[in-house]
Amino acid sequence: MISSFLIQTLNGLASASLLFLVALGLTLIFGVTRIVNFAHGSLTMLGAYLGVTLYASLGGGVLGFWGGALLAALCVALVGVLIELVVLRRIYAAPELLQLIATFGIVLIVKDAVLYLWGPEDLLGPRAPGLRGAVLLLGKPFPTYDLLLIVLGPVFLVLVWLLLTRTEFGTKVRAATEDRDMAAALGVNQALLFTSVFALGSFLAGLGGALALPREPANLSMDLSIIADVFVVTVVGGLGSIPGAYVAAVIICVVKAWCIGLGDVAFFGTTFSFSKLTLVAEFLVMAVVLIVRPWGLFGSEPASTQASTAPALAVAPPARSLLIAVMAVAAVLVLFPLMGDRYSLVLMTDVVIFALFAASLGLLMGAGGMASFGHAAYFGAGAYAAAIAAKAGLPFVAALACGLVFAGLLALLFGWFAVRLSGVSLAMLTLAFAQIAWAVAFQWDDITGGSNGIVGVWPPAALEAKAAYYLVALLVAGAGIAFAWRIVHAPFGYLLRAARDSRVRAEAVGIHTRRVQWVAFAMSGALAGLAGTLFVFSKGSLSPDTLGIPRSVDALVMVLLGGVETLTGPVVGAVLFTLLQDWISRATTYWHAVLGVSVVALTILFPQGVVGTIRQRFAHRQVRG
Amino acid sequence: MTFAVDGLEKAFKGFKAVDGVSFSVAAGELVALIGPNGAGKTTTFNMANGQLVADRGRVLLDGRDVTGLPPRELWRLGVGRTFQITQTFTSMTVAENIRVALLSRDRAFGVLATTAGRYDDEISGLLSEVGMVAAGAQQCGALSYGDLKRVELAMALANAPRLLLMDEPTAGMAPRERAQLMELVTRTAQERNTAVLFTEHDMTVVFGHARRILVMSRGKIVAEGAPEEIRTNRLVREVYLGQTAPAVR
Repeated sequence: MISSFLIQTLNGLASASLLFLVALGLTLIFGVTRIVNFAHGSLTMLGAYLGVTLYASLGGGVLGFWGGALLAALCVALVGVLIELVVLRRIYAAPELLQLIATFGIVLIVKDAVLYLWGPEDLLGPRAPGLRGAVLLLGKPFPTYDLLLIVLGPVFLVLVWLLLTRTEFGTKVRAATEDRDMAAALGVNQALLFTSVFALGSFLAGLGGALALPREPANLSMDLSIIADVFVVTVVGGLGSIPGAYVAAVIICVVKAWCIGLGDVAFFGTTFSFSKLTLVAEFLVMAVVLIVRPWGLFGSEPASTQASTAPALAVAPPARSLLIAVMAVAAVLVLFPLMGDRYSLVLMTDVVIFALFAASLGLLMGAGGMASFGHAAYFGAGAYAAAIAAKAGLPFVAALACGLVFAGLLALLFGWFAVRLSGVSLAMLTLAFAQIAWAVAFQWDDITGGSNGIVGVWPPAALEAKAAYYLVALLVAGAGIAFAWRIVHAPFGYLLRAARDSRVRAEAVGIHTRRVQWVAFAMSGALAGLAGTLFVFSKGSLSPDTLGIPRSVDALVMVLLGGVETLTGPVVGAVLFTLLQDWISRATTYWHAVLGVSVVALTILFPQGVVGTIRQRFAHRQVRG
Repeated sequence: MTFAVDGLEKAFKGFKAVDGVSFSVAAGELVALIGPNGAGKTTTFNMANGQLVADRGRVLLDGRDVTGLPPRELWRLGVGRTFQITQTFTSMTVAENIRVALLSRDRAFGVLATTAGRYDDEISGLLSEVGMVAAGAQQCGALSYGDLKRVELAMALANAPRLLLMDEPTAGMAPRERAQLMELVTRTAQERNTAVLFTEHDMTVVFGHARRILVMSRGKIVAEGAPEEIRTNRLVREVYLGQTAPAVR
């Protein structure tokens, strides 16, 4: 028992070293550029694939493994420099959410590039030459290579610490991390510094990927699973803290390893599988840390009191002309089944559902000023709950209600933590929650059907015709959007916007700002869940992809495409996005990359969002004219 | 007595910022809290308004112990406040800012109720009280600093406060605006019989409008009295003119 406990602890430490390497790169880049690089996991994935290829082309052996890993990391550093020069350099002044979205565009591009170059199969990596064996610890074998990894984490911690404290480069990095503008005023060449820090961070990401090969094959889902883990580590350790990243990586990896080590344990006659609890354990660790220290173990609360994730723009009271326009659009939508064919009816059903999904996120981001990077968690939770309810024999309407309520409850749980953070920390936390929700759906075979998902979830016979279901979806989604719109203009919406504009002022007039934001989070989650229930009944089946990170980002792109100022924005964004996606995916298999390029181009061309930038240009012209 | 603090103490990392401060403010009375930078004014003020929790001592409102209550609960008990750097809801109009305060007062949290036209009479009453009745439809983000201060005052008055806490009410304003705002505050305090405690750096404002002045230095109150007494107090001169102040008490 004790020996297996020790082995699992060491196992956890080895994983922690690799995770720390990657997190270290992210932290360094964030410290200097203030950009959270979503594509950091993609760089790690690239490092792994390059590691496999370079091992072979260098002829294997010691040179192949270590030389290959080093060369792979250098190549990734070059890719990092390219990304910095082409994309990031142009968006340093943009709002942080847009920066995150742009780096997600890079995620999509890298994923399709890897798919194109290496194909969809997992690639088994080389074992480290000379370290293939195992040593006996307390009578149990333990891989020699893992022992090396355990040492590697602290070694890199010390190396980077030396680099930061003992070299001129390090002094500049620390100065820029402390106060970017002051460092620039003192003559530090910012452009060069940013590029070199980005190269260093990318190098570490690539190295982490290549060195993980003996433990894990290179595969196409690494990018998102790694970035989610890195986000958890960064939030738990404290954004920007290097020792925090190491400590958090150790805690999380060791706890996970223990859960795997415990395996199936019999409790009072029932077997309880701890190995399936790894993700719940990760969530619990994160929850405990954030309850005690909301800004992470080594983190501190950002100085600004203004929660300014969204530009605080006015919400105009509803005008009569808008009402007429809405009625006209509604009339066209209701009459659509008369003109549309089967294909366009299915597409329009999607459009309507995603309009509600985007509106739910728009409510949270616009009026609430809170950007959820994991909104698909509630969409998916609603879909799963409705599907399970329907399979259990509940009628259609009851299943819809189940989805709505369950998604709302999940948002209530996650929201309790989320409303304590703001800005990029909030974005990272919500994303990590969503990844955990995804993994639970993926792993919990008995309930969710695991990777196969749930099939055969159809609406009642009366709604089987595509036109009938389209009308139901239109009715329900329309009611949901109208409700979201009503919230913004109701007393609650005023209090919510007040909490966004100025937390201290809102508290000074008696508003419990956290509670108001928490309720808003739950309502937004419930509406997303409602969209999810409509979705599952329209498709007839669902898989864990329903609540994957890409879908969360889809929603963000819809909202930012249309603009967060009004609820009309996200709805328009959803319509555009869904139609475009349909059009592109029919034209090419590499539509992710096309979408990625579009997203990057949009953020570079419209750094304030489409509506915001146009509005700004318009204002300029008015001033000049 | 409307408001009193008794033996307040607060230390930051071993440094005693406030060391045994006691005073009271009566209904309708304007009291200024002054002192050189670092004297502990802001710390004292933040313990009074609930932003900071005192290490020791009590805060009393009409004899009730309100020590450690957060700002939102103090507001419900009748404490209104304005900020040194104005805090308003910049995406809303002036009238909507006041409406938020009134909605909060009535605990109106509805998600379906309408807000159009609600409180219109009460809002225009409050706005005319601070001389802003014509600006109701203006966006707060576009107002001048002096006008924002007036909006803040109107929001503070929305709950008929018994105590007004004003942190540097005239900071960042032009001299003429300063006098106008302080006259407004004085008149409001008298008409509503509200106690007012304010910190201030501008001595014209302090000596022109405060009925009583509290002078802080090194975490303690070193002098207290009417403006004419404070003006001639030797200790106050030493505190302000930088000579070594003799040990207090």
